[in-house]
Amino acid sequence: MAKEVMSGWTRVGNVSRGVSSVIRECIFGVLRVGPIPNHIAFIMDGNRRYDKKQNPGGAAVSGGHDAAFWALVAMVMYCYELGVKYVTAYAFSIDNFKRKSEDVQILMDSMLRKFDLLEKVAIHFAIRVHFAGNLGPFNNEFRVSAMKLMEATAGYSNSLLTICVAYTSRDEILHAIEESCEQKCIDHVREINSDGDHIIKLMDLEKNMYMAVAPDPDIIIRTEGENRLSNFLLWQSCGSHLCSMSVLWPEIELWNLVLAILNFQKHKPYLERKKKEKQV
Amino acid sequence: MLSLRFAVPTANTLIPTKTKPKSGLVVQTGWKQTGLSSSPPKRYDYKLQAATTDITDGRASVEDKEVELPAGLSRELMPKHVAVIMDGNGRWARQRELPTSAGHEAGVKSLREMVELCGQWGIQVLTVFAFSSENWIRPKVEVNFLLSLFERALKSEMESFGRSGIRISVIGDSSKLPASLLSLINEVEETTKNNTRLQLIVAVSYSGKYDVIQACRSIAERVKDGQIQLEDIDEGLIEQELETNCTEYPYPDLLIRTSGELRVSNFLLWQLAYTELFFTQELWPDFGKEDFVEALSSYQQRQRRYGGRHS
Repeated sequence: MAKEVMSGWTRVGNVSRGVSSVIRECIFGVLRVGPIPNHIAFIMDGNRRYDKKQNPGGAAVSGGHDAAFWALVAMVMYCYELGVKYVTAYAFSIDNFKRKSEDVQILMDSMLRKFDLLEKVAIHFAIRVHFAGNLGPFNNEFRVSAMKLMEATAGYSNSLLTICVAYTSRDEILHAIEESCEQKCIDHVREINSDGDHIIKLMDLEKNMYMAVAPDPDIIIRTEGENRLSNFLLWQSCGSHLCSMSVLWPEIELWNLVLAILNFQKHKPYLERKKKEKQV
Repeated sequence: MLSLRFAVPTANTLIPTKTKPKSGLVVQTGWKQTGLSSSPPKRYDYKLQAATTDITDGRASVEDKEVELPAGLSRELMPKHVAVIMDGNGRWARQRELPTSAGHEAGVKSLREMVELCGQWGIQVLTVFAFSSENWIRPKVEVNFLLSLFERALKSEMESFGRSGIRISVIGDSSKLPASLLSLINEVEETTKNNTRLQLIVAVSYSGKYDVIQACRSIAERVKDGQIQLEDIDEGLIEQELETNCTEYPYPDLLIRTSGELRVSNFLLWQLAYTELFFTQELWPDFGKEDFVEALSSYQQRQRRYGGRHS
């Protein structure tokens, strides 16, 4: 475990100093000529295959998820430097509870170990951390740690990292519908909005979404080569540029991110034209 | 490992518990009246389906023979439900210095070919995104042209739908449609409701968010009326209220988008949770059998996990 932490900090160290940071600033300077996405979301796929690559024939270890964490930290740092204000990561889906219990436990333990590290990174870069999803299925220790991390970073407003845990988009929409229906029923009983406006509107649903803290993502990046959303940000992804890359998540590098942004910039004019048409 | 190991979860099939009266929107633009006896385009290199049609009691039945699939495709791995965002008609026309209407006409030919292929290859449901709720802001001339084209095409193809065993369903917000078109849609849906070879769902004036909101409003009404309690609201209830409750297979297995845009653009929002996405640079009027085979081939090679994990 200590070896993995050292490896992770080495990766972070390489991100933050040295020749690589100079080269990176040059690259980012070129990227800034075009539109920079305000929000990038990641579907972090490929940890298991990475684990098998590192431990062929061996039992499942936490290496895949630990390496995944450091990959996320690196991506968050790159995004922060570039000026991407919002980053969202799909860490754990409600559907993942269908996996073998030992796999689920490995992931839970890995996430729990990372809260302190994540807090250090977030405070260093003044990034607010938010957990989106239904934390109910998690044990008390997990919930308390997550709340503590959110409270410790609540004061930062420049950047937001949203980590989706025990999340699916359908569950999010269901939750928003429940809240909206309940509110309308309460209004009806109290005879608020006496003009009879009990009709649920778009804004009623959107304000009750777990992801109401952030605007819709400009780009959704999925690793491991899969081309589907897997119940992630269905509501918010209507206009998102979808990017599938074959690299495994723990192996994602700066150039993967740069290519995704370049691709986004190439398609942006089409989206802008559509937005202008709406405004006419 | 092939995705066939994992049965489509029961959540992907839906037995509607209620049928809402459908006053949907019809898209079909410029369908040509070519019957089954007409010569096929040259690019069809497989055996044509031989069909006999009996009309009894006003219903058409089609007896189909097995059609040989293109090399590389497996009938067992065929998606049950394919959805298509038919993008690129306008660009296709501009490239050829033609009016936009010509692009829509050409797009209809592509759609017709795809409908035939779906019917022959065992695909049960084809949903096409013909007109988004956001498309109403297009120039009035273009919108009026599309609506009139829809109406004419629907009238001309009604008999053909019966012969081909195609059931037509229309989803979307019908409040902006002309009354004559609405009436025609109802007639077509009623006339074809017992056809079973292929269900063609046409999304017109459709928005995935609107679909969820109207489902939410229906649920809220039922709560207000005391039919259900708040705690009864679950994903199953939402599924039943979405406009795709008109089909047994409401969730597309495969979504194809043409013209190179890499986004879903508010199409079938809830329904696309686990859908395999396939994007192609081809403009919709140029999308043909070879492109469809490529999309299906890509789909059949994918592993569908639904959040789980292969052992």
